[in-house]
Amino acid sequence: MPRSVTDPSRAARQDAECGLFALARSAEVQPAELKPVPAAPPLDPSVDEWDDAPLYEARRKIYPQRVSGTYRRIKWAVLLVTLGIYYLTPFLRWDRGPNAPDQAVLIDLSNSRFYFFFIEIWPQEIYYLTGLLIIAAMTLFLMNALAGRIWCGYLCPQTVWTDLFQAIERLTEGDRREHMRREQGGWTAERVARLGAKHFLWLMVAWWTGGAWVLYFADAPTLVYDLATLRAPFIAYLWIGILTFTTYVLAGHMREQVCLYMCPWPRIQAALTDEHALNVTYRLDRGEPRASVKKSAALLAKGLPAGDCVDCLQCVHVCPTGVDIRQGPNLGCIQCGLCIDACDAVMAKIGRPARLIAYDTDLNIHRREQGLAPEYRFARMRTLLYVAIIAAVGGVMTFALVTRTAQSISVLHDRNPVFVRLSDGAIRNAYTVRIANKRSERREFTLSITGLAGSLLDVVQTREDGRFVVEVGPDQTREVRVLVTDYAELPPPSTPINFHLYDVKSGERAAAGDYFRAPAGG
Amino acid sequence: MATEHTDVDSVTGTATTGHEWDGIRELNTPLPRWWLWTLYLTIVWAMGYWVVYPAWPLVTSFTSGALGWSSRTAVVSELNDLKSLRAPMNTKLAATALGDIKTDQALADFTYAQGRASFRENCGPCHGAGGGGAKGYPNLNDNDWLWGGSLEQIQHTIEFGIRSGHQKARESQMPAFGKDGMLKRDEIDNVASFVRSIANLPTRSGANLAAGKTIYADNCAVCHGSDGKGNKEFGAPNLTDGIWLFGSEEAAIVEIVANSRNGVMPAWTGRLDPVTIKALTYYVHSLGGGEK
Repeated sequence: MPRSVTDPSRAARQDAECGLFALARSAEVQPAELKPVPAAPPLDPSVDEWDDAPLYEARRKIYPQRVSGTYRRIKWAVLLVTLGIYYLTPFLRWDRGPNAPDQAVLIDLSNSRFYFFFIEIWPQEIYYLTGLLIIAAMTLFLMNALAGRIWCGYLCPQTVWTDLFQAIERLTEGDRREHMRREQGGWTAERVARLGAKHFLWLMVAWWTGGAWVLYFADAPTLVYDLATLRAPFIAYLWIGILTFTTYVLAGHMREQVCLYMCPWPRIQAALTDEHALNVTYRLDRGEPRASVKKSAALLAKGLPAGDCVDCLQCVHVCPTGVDIRQGPNLGCIQCGLCIDACDAVMAKIGRPARLIAYDTDLNIHRREQGLAPEYRFARMRTLLYVAIIAAVGGVMTFALVTRTAQSISVLHDRNPVFVRLSDGAIRNAYTVRIANKRSERREFTLSITGLAGSLLDVVQTREDGRFVVEVGPDQTREVRVLVTDYAELPPPSTPINFHLYDVKSGERAAAGDYFRAPAGG
Repeated sequence: MATEHTDVDSVTGTATTGHEWDGIRELNTPLPRWWLWTLYLTIVWAMGYWVVYPAWPLVTSFTSGALGWSSRTAVVSELNDLKSLRAPMNTKLAATALGDIKTDQALADFTYAQGRASFRENCGPCHGAGGGGAKGYPNLNDNDWLWGGSLEQIQHTIEFGIRSGHQKARESQMPAFGKDGMLKRDEIDNVASFVRSIANLPTRSGANLAAGKTIYADNCAVCHGSDGKGNKEFGAPNLTDGIWLFGSEEAAIVEIVANSRNGVMPAWTGRLDPVTIKALTYYVHSLGGGEK
């Protein structure tokens, strides 16, 4: 069916150019120096009604070509490190003494605990997660303000796994041309074998990915043994199945579609970038007008301008998302830098300087066009602000973590009744007190109050041996009912009081404030 | 018309839908094929629910679905799961004497939690969610008990109720001295003033406290005691403390002496199982007023 647009990168570019700088740039630069966007082919005249056109955008298959160079090496290294962390972390051990798991990183859902090396997080401390999310978002913004989509190009799981799956694809079905040729050659036995090998390897990687996932939720060595002997809980197999499926589909089949259609970050990134951010950029000031090696030599001989770009399309062929970086900032571009490697290789062969495509800023393109020296400004208001926010949140979290106590007390005043008048006229308030013991051993605490002279404390549900001792089990909380009775003649309607918790053995303490209420006017 | 539809936007090179609003044209950027197929698949998947789960209303019933699932049976089965989960502790609670619950910390915490849940469900409507009571409904947090505040006494009250009609119910009757003509209006006024005086409350000027004292000794002391401290045998309230079920104003006292008040609490035996009543007993006892 005739469709005018089949190039996702073009659709993507519209989005990216919503940014002010991009608009300005497209207005200034595009008509003269960018290759004009080819007009869409006219619709089939036999189709009268637009409604007859397909409702969907057909996918353009991408065959990313193998490439080598600086950024490829960085990507391999990052892939090894990140996948290594992911697959091996569950097997790291961390001794926490008795009554606690010895797995370094463990999300213990059934006991509502999260263990991360020396850190143990309880559900009520989930604000650490909020802090982590703020830091993660700000780090993402900071990366973007400094050097574009570093996250997308190198660190995003979608990129890492897709990279691995594409490597497997090249291994089994061959590099770009070989792969395309085989696909056109029809169903030969060899192709079937190669396809089978590819999907088998993909599924193995996907399966191991799912397998590693569940190990974060239970003792890894035990679970591996149970999984192998078919004694693991059904939920473990289910999650392995789910993650095998998602990995296989997302990294094997969806690939750049995830970045183009499913991920929100490209849209946000386009709105957050500015003229000082290093983005993977085609230096059109150097590259245009494009001409083959021979043609450019001829042009230069005639004294006509000729750029460094020889239009070899290597940058497009190696691109994992199939974009043409020479079209400018691009939503489909994950800025992995593979086109830089590809272009550098070509430039080296034809004896021209490297980095026709490079991490560069929008500003510098303009400056070079005007004959000015490039200028880099990393310390800008926004980067400093991001760093400040990261430092502030990180500081607060570190402070909270360092001052985290092994016990805590929280007090909840009875709401109905707020106070009780006893038969002798005294006023009593009741509180629900929750004591948390964050140690992995059973501890005994005593309770006392300050702020209300002449008052009497009573802890319901405890042993009565002269003092109120509340036992709390290892890594547990306990709720007790506490009664405070005031014998003052006319207590004020509201008196601030403090509850104090002491560890009987170690003397460690915690405190919480509340109020003692009495009827207005005695 | 067809030419308008083939309009291509010059900046992006994207065809437009031909729709235009105030000079702004809509670009035609259709969804990817896999996205649409996913949407269609979810629609088909949704239809599966019609087959498997209750879905379509009929005239008098509904399509019940192939799985036979219903929210009612789901609740029942979940409640049964809960019951079997609590069974070991409940068995232990049933076998433990009321006074010994406190010696087992885990059992005490369990009993307290069970009692609190059950209290809110069954007792809260009259006594309040926290047992704070209301006019005519005793506050269970204080240390004043009509029928006794020991574990055994509380259990008895919960089991058989007060004037509930049950054979073992707590029974007593405050006479209606005025309505039944036993006392005249001025006598009632005087005895009410006297009752306020023994509770250390200010009395009406002109009240004849001596006369009131005599009337009290003749009519009230039998149940409320000569010192006015009440008697838990008959559920007769202590008249000397600061706690008043129906109010301490003279008018409120006059009203009771004249017309009487006889509150009713239902018997819970038979309505709640013995373990629940045990848990309720423990909970009410621990609200703050529990006696030895």
